Amino acid sequence: MATIRVQPAAFDVGAEIAALTGGRTDVGGIGCFVGTVRDSAGGRPITAMTLEHYPAMTEAAMRDIAAEAARRWPLLGCTLIHRVGTLRPGEAIVLVLAASAHRQAALDATSFLIDWLKTGAPFWKKETFADGESEWVAARAEDEQAAARWSGA
Amino acid sequence: MTTDAVTRLRILYFAWLRERVGAAEEDVEVPAGIATVADLIGWLRARGPGFAAAFAATRSIRCAVNQTFAGPDSAVAAGDEVAFFPPVTGG
Repeated sequence: MATIRVQPAAFDVGAEIAALTGGRTDVGGIGCFVGTVRDSAGGRPITAMTLEHYPAMTEAAMRDIAAEAARRWPLLGCTLIHRVGTLRPGEAIVLVLAASAHRQAALDATSFLIDWLKTGAPFWKKETFADGESEWVAARAEDEQAAARWSGA
Repeated sequence: MTTDAVTRLRILYFAWLRERVGAAEEDVEVPAGIATVADLIGWLRARGPGFAAAFAATRSIRCAVNQTFAGPDSAVAAGDEVAFFPPVTGG
C-alpha cells in the first residue's frame, strides 16, 4: 500500500498524487508535505545540502514508519520519497503523501509521517556554506519533541 | 569456548563518525568478551586517535545492530552488522 523510495533524482508531486489515487474513487482527501532546502542556516547563507543515508536500513525504516501510520489512521495509501546526494537551495528534499476517505486522517497521518521521518530514518544532512565551510546538521530537540507528541496517540 | 576466541563483526560508520574514523566500513575481529554495543564502543575507542575522537561524545552517537536501532546494552554477536552514526537529521 505504501510507496517508498530513496533517490537522487527530483520528484514530480502531481505525478505522485496521480499514482497514489489513480483509478480509485474512495479517496476523500490527500495530505501533502514537501520539504525543501532553505538558503540559510543559523543566519549563514548556504549553497548546498548533501544527504547521506544507510542504504541497507533506510527503506525498511521508512516502511516501518508507513506501517505505523497505517495502523493509527484509516489510510487508503501513502507515499514517502526522500532524496539523497547534493541538493541546492529551493530544491525539494522529501515528499509525504497520505490518502484517506476523510481529511483529518489524511492531514494527521501526513504530520505524523514527516515527524517520524525526521527522527526515525537513517539520513544525515551536511550543509555547505557560502564561505566554503561545511558542517553536519545537528539533531534538533524540537524534532524529537515533535515526534514524541505522537507517542500517546 | 576457548579463551582466545574472537568475534568477527562488520562495522559501518556514517556522517561525522565516518570522517573521524576515516573509513565507511570494515570487518573486525574483537575479543570474545565484547558482548554489547557499549563493550564494542569501549574497544573501538582504544584503537587510535581517530577512533578516540569519533567515540568521545557517546551521548551524540546512535547505533543499529543488523539494521535495527539499538542501545548501549544491545547484544552483539559474530556475523552482526553494527552501524554507528550521529542522531538522524533527515526530512
